Amino acid sequence: MIELRFLHTHMKTTIIIAIALVAFAGAGLAAPETFDFKDPKGVNNAGFRVDAPLEAVNGNADGISGTVTFDSENPAATQGKIIVASASLMVPNSMQQHHLHSDMWLDVAKYPEITFESKAFKNVKTEGNVTTAEVVGNFTLKGVSKELTVPVKLTYLKDKLGARVPKMKGDLLVIRSNFSIKRSDFNIQAHQMEDKVSDDIDLTLSIAGAAAK
Amino acid sequence: MKRTLRIVAAAIVLAAATFWAASGANRGWTKTSVPTKTVDDVTGIEGVTYTRKFVPGLDFLALGVLGAVFLAGVSFLIPKKQLEPGQ
Repeated sequence: MIELRFLHTHMKTTIIIAIALVAFAGAGLAAPETFDFKDPKGVNNAGFRVDAPLEAVNGNADGISGTVTFDSENPAATQGKIIVASASLMVPNSMQQHHLHSDMWLDVAKYPEITFESKAFKNVKTEGNVTTAEVVGNFTLKGVSKELTVPVKLTYLKDKLGARVPKMKGDLLVIRSNFSIKRSDFNIQAHQMEDKVSDDIDLTLSIAGAAAK
Repeated sequence: MKRTLRIVAAAIVLAAATFWAASGANRGWTKTSVPTKTVDDVTGIEGVTYTRKFVPGLDFLALGVLGAVFLAGVSFLIPKKQLEPGQ
């Protein structure tokens, strides 16, 4: 009888300890969140700049999508893919835009997406809610993929989704990056017209993703 | 005829220069839309939207001058009006 009572008490204690351990683990280790970069406000954008005589050509694309998985407790494990719709690239001159979209330059009908898919994060430094790192990933433009290492700045905005999209709860992740590519590396009029349009293309990425709860 | 062509050429240069100057004397390429930047309060991201607007640039001005030079050049090719005997 005494033995049975002891067993019962022992099992009860074990269960309580197990529940407490699970709860503790859940509180201590924040699960990775998946952020969706399709922006309902249409603010997300990728910009480019190429030098040209008279004036540099600046343009923007707002057709951003993709997902990034981010763990605020382990930013080095971040991974994801960002997609830019080629046809959403805009420049202020309609004739230049027509040329840009044509098969002479980006051929947006044949290559509708420009993508960057991460493979690894290096030199990760976190201060507060801001993480800086170098991302190694595959950049694909006009059907050509190249491995690039680009600097990124990630800003984790906990519980800020509601401030941006009313009636929604969740977190935001802001990604910023500036880097350069060469158009000759991506089969865009390679080594041609460099006196009119520079080989170097400066790219900027300013995007925010949402993880709803 | 010669005189008319030269007047039209001068008018084209004047009109192109006046329109270019009045539109802000843009020393870059002609724009058919202009970017407007807006800052998202929560994320701090600067979004860009384009509004349709014609802003003439130096290429527009150059086209006007070229057109005028062409007309003025043509005016020099037109033979002088022969005077009738007795005039």
